[in-house]
Amino acid sequence: MIDAALIWEWIIKSLILIIFLTVGFMYVTVYERRFLARIQSRIGPNRAGPFGLLQPAADGLKLIFKEELIPANADKFIFLLAPIITVIPALIVLAVIPWGEAMVIFGRQVNLFISDVNVAVVYIMAVTSISVYGITLAGWSSNNKYALLGGLRATAQMISYELALGLAFMGPVVLAGSLSMVDIVRAQQSSLWYVVLQPAAFLIYFFASIAEINRAPFDMPEAEQELTAGYHAEYSGMKFALFFMAEYIKMIAISTIGATLFFGGFDGPFVDQIPWLGPIYLLAKVVIYLGVLIWVRASWPRIRYDRLMQLGWKIMFPLALLNVIITAVVVVLVN
Amino acid sequence: MLNQWLYIGIFFIIAMFLPAVAIFLARLLSPKKPTKIKNSVYECGMETFDPTWIQFKIQYYLYGLIFLIFDVEIVFLFPFAVAYGNLALFAVVEAIIFILILLGGYLYVWRKDALTWQ
Repeated sequence: MIDAALIWEWIIKSLILIIFLTVGFMYVTVYERRFLARIQSRIGPNRAGPFGLLQPAADGLKLIFKEELIPANADKFIFLLAPIITVIPALIVLAVIPWGEAMVIFGRQVNLFISDVNVAVVYIMAVTSISVYGITLAGWSSNNKYALLGGLRATAQMISYELALGLAFMGPVVLAGSLSMVDIVRAQQSSLWYVVLQPAAFLIYFFASIAEINRAPFDMPEAEQELTAGYHAEYSGMKFALFFMAEYIKMIAISTIGATLFFGGFDGPFVDQIPWLGPIYLLAKVVIYLGVLIWVRASWPRIRYDRLMQLGWKIMFPLALLNVIITAVVVVLVN
Repeated sequence: MLNQWLYIGIFFIIAMFLPAVAIFLARLLSPKKPTKIKNSVYECGMETFDPTWIQFKIQYYLYGLIFLIFDVEIVFLFPFAVAYGNLALFAVVEAIIFILILLGGYLYVWRKDALTWQ
């Protein structure tokens, strides 16, 4: 049962994951800038430290020392609350992801996950929908017309793609017969990776999740050319940094969830014999997935708002529903 | 099982420290010299006019309503999906009827042109 050592174990694991995500966020920004630069035949930031590796530290320090402006007529409390509501769901959604097999560290049997709840997939859906509030409230409380428009667009877009996202989760859940992420990884170890068995669900997940985190080519809420920056137009200093951080941690989150649901998570050759390979495999898959996200951003132009909504409601949602029905029928036929 | 939610609770509390520390540090270190011009609304240099918090396009609300219905549908489908392997044929037929009823609603909304952005 619960004793002090167990609580300490979880506090240490939580701290490690939070620190890992913060550092990961910093290096994803460098990764994105360097990789985008290479795609566009530039060099990218390479002055701060070797290969530009100290660039995020310099950016962070700069943002801490910047003055924070609050517009005169803004709703001050919600204005402060919005970045916090945006960043916390991005962090805690990763609590249900397993990083590897159980390991023995300092003579203790340690499970490599924060939590193995039996409704993990529903938990992910619930937590991701909280981050809609952060963006809506940010747009609303700024008392700025661009910010309001950006916030409204973001809300409509995120809730539209959430449907397709939820239905895309259904495929792996039907195949694994469980909502727990650990069970889904185990099921993929004994059969094929679900990207092979559920290619349509993976594609729908891939695009719906990009729309869910408002990244290019679905970054209408912050379209620079028309809305200046959308919902965070009025934010500066550390509060802006929190929005920025939330966006990149969400990138890490969707990559990790995608890698776990469709690419076998920590599964890989020899992971049974050598358990510490698990986290390395997961990390490698996440880095590749992030690379594809950046590649998508470099390749496609932003799509128009009416087409965006049409894609979500008239193409992605019916396709996702069809995929669920076909999966169900095929599972019945095979059994 | 409740243990697992306790661990998420611990993680949530520790996660709250991240934005708290960031905002606290910035409050300690950042300069504070607000002026009237700095605190005015940023609208590309134009003087702002009319209140911002006004009625906006009704269609956002429409999307919200449709979303609510179908999101509840998806949440109801999850139990079927989990127990799919050991369901009787009767339950499977029930699930299909459930999807078909909502599909009727979806087609109605589509015919009414509520899904097209105007």
